[in-house]
Amino acid sequence: MPATLYEKILDSHLVNKLGDDLLLYIDRHLIHEVTTPQAFAGLAEKGRKVRRPDLTFGTMDHSISTRSLALDACGPQNQLQLNTLATNCAQHGIELFPVGHKNQGIVHVIGPQLGLIHPGMTVVCGDSHTATHGAFGALAFGIGTSQVEHVLATQTLKQSKAKSMLVKVDGKLGLGVTAKDIILAIIGKIGHAGATGHVIEYAGEAISSLSMEERMTVCNMSIEAGAKAGLIAPDSKTIEYIQDREFAPKQAHWDEAVAYWNTLYSDDGAEFDTVVNLQAQDIEPQVTWGTNPGQVIGVNGKVPNPASFEDTIVKNSAEKALSYMGLTPGQSINDIDVSHVFIGSCTNSRIEDLRAAAKVAALGKVQSSVTAIVVPGSVQVKQQAEDEALDKIFIDSGFEWRLPGCSMCLGMNDDVLQEGDRCASTSNRNFEGRQGRGARTHLVSPEMAAAAAISGKFTDVRKLGA
Amino acid sequence: MSGINIIEGRMAPLDQANVDTDQIIPKQFLTGVTRQGYGINLFHDWRYLSGSEKKVNPDFSLNSPLYKGANVLITRENFGCGSSREHAPWALADYGFKCIIAVSFADIFYGNCINNQLLPVALTSKQMDVLFDMVKQDPDTSININLSEQQVVCGETRFTFDIAPHHKTNLLKGLDAIGQTLELNTDIENYEQKRQVWL
Repeated sequence: MPATLYEKILDSHLVNKLGDDLLLYIDRHLIHEVTTPQAFAGLAEKGRKVRRPDLTFGTMDHSISTRSLALDACGPQNQLQLNTLATNCAQHGIELFPVGHKNQGIVHVIGPQLGLIHPGMTVVCGDSHTATHGAFGALAFGIGTSQVEHVLATQTLKQSKAKSMLVKVDGKLGLGVTAKDIILAIIGKIGHAGATGHVIEYAGEAISSLSMEERMTVCNMSIEAGAKAGLIAPDSKTIEYIQDREFAPKQAHWDEAVAYWNTLYSDDGAEFDTVVNLQAQDIEPQVTWGTNPGQVIGVNGKVPNPASFEDTIVKNSAEKALSYMGLTPGQSINDIDVSHVFIGSCTNSRIEDLRAAAKVAALGKVQSSVTAIVVPGSVQVKQQAEDEALDKIFIDSGFEWRLPGCSMCLGMNDDVLQEGDRCASTSNRNFEGRQGRGARTHLVSPEMAAAAAISGKFTDVRKLGA
Repeated sequence: MSGINIIEGRMAPLDQANVDTDQIIPKQFLTGVTRQGYGINLFHDWRYLSGSEKKVNPDFSLNSPLYKGANVLITRENFGCGSSREHAPWALADYGFKCIIAVSFADIFYGNCINNQLLPVALTSKQMDVLFDMVKQDPDTSININLSEQQVVCGETRFTFDIAPHHKTNLLKGLDAIGQTLELNTDIENYEQKRQVWL
């Protein structure tokens, strides 16, 4: 019977099956400081060990400063959490990339960068943006702390089979339109909970044309449509990306691995529970106007009137969102001024993102009314950007150039906005209070964020001639 | 953990859709290293007025004296969307909720509730309307949720709900999920033996 890529990965990881309960083997477990202390404490309470420290990798990213390498830079509580991770990793023999290490960075940036993520793997992390790794054709999803503890102790996880959704994006993207715009347009079409209970597979010409980093941006935001995971079948770009990275299979194993990876695709005739189609040429640079990522529109559009929505829930959510966002129906997106710009996060902090943003930043100066920061996704991304002198372009334009971390995506450090601040952000969530209580977040691509910084308001990056 | 079966008590209404985990427990409270003490900051930014430390917002439903002591939260679609933080169910449970009844839940949050003996019950939008009406008319309305019977009983009103058999068993018996899996150690070892070394 023809199988989907998702079914093939489930099948190859089945340890045991009890009714609808599938016990799956986990190939990679990525850990960070926020969602693991209670899991390690749970192991200690029961006298349990970490079964496969060799398949577990840790980094510090959420609670760290982007101005200082000191672990106490954001207060004693953050420091305690970071030290707890270091102690737990040392005690259980888990490789950790702490602040200051050459491999440190945002968990979903460093995994792929180090060659830790391969097609066909199961990958979990106590973080909802784990779906990022689906860009490699790996089944990757976020888990809670109790599940982190379960994986640490058993290297397995109980799962029920999710429904499958094929999202096909045909045609070619226009100039200045990015992977971020694709995923925002998808979420705008299917809604913030449109893929709940599903694993999405992205396909079509516009998806296969994307680079690996762009594919990571698309898969990263699968959770923002409610999906359990997002997948893209591996191809020659995937294989080329992994080759020679630090943890990639080497020599004879490499050929074996590639032969296996080439079998990983959804068979002709495989059935999906839901199919969604988009045309790439219809997608404009996107800007969110509300407080969930599905509340999004093209940059040349207008803030919608809640009364125009038929569904009561959508209408009520839009009303509440506009009140929080301080926007009025009919207002042009192009007329919305911003006070802050954040370029970073596991969605958009890789080298290609920084190159794209720098190209726009080079066209002008950050407006005096705007505070703009660039936070590279990892030490390696930062180094690469500095080797290419991108840091100079940003600094000359008026951006602050920071140390790697999750930073203002969620503000667990001191990169927090104040009430009423309005931010063009390359991150993944525009929830109320996400970047600071009362702060207003608009999700955009790196190019659009840089355009907003030098214009002081949302501007169609295509008009700037970058 | 001991199991749960019958939950009796009163409801507190949170009449809105898409309540995300950033609202349930904002990021500044995620720096803890234990599972306790999150209840005081549950729904922090809605519950407390801005610019003041813990001054209650009288307009937020949970702050109403009418719903003091409620142990069942009733809400709408897509509850618990967003981040995977288990601090969200920890905060709800620490506050005193034993059961969340909603039209739908986000996947990760739902699983996190099961793992914390916090019962998530999904009813239809119309059924939720009935519960919201009842609690509006009489905040003292008592509600009874029976897990083994998969029923919500509120006065003369009786709704049945679905729950996956393995989730139901785990909640009823309060099983140690890790302990259960460790009993399958032979299966795990067998799998590991055939697993590719380059993985």
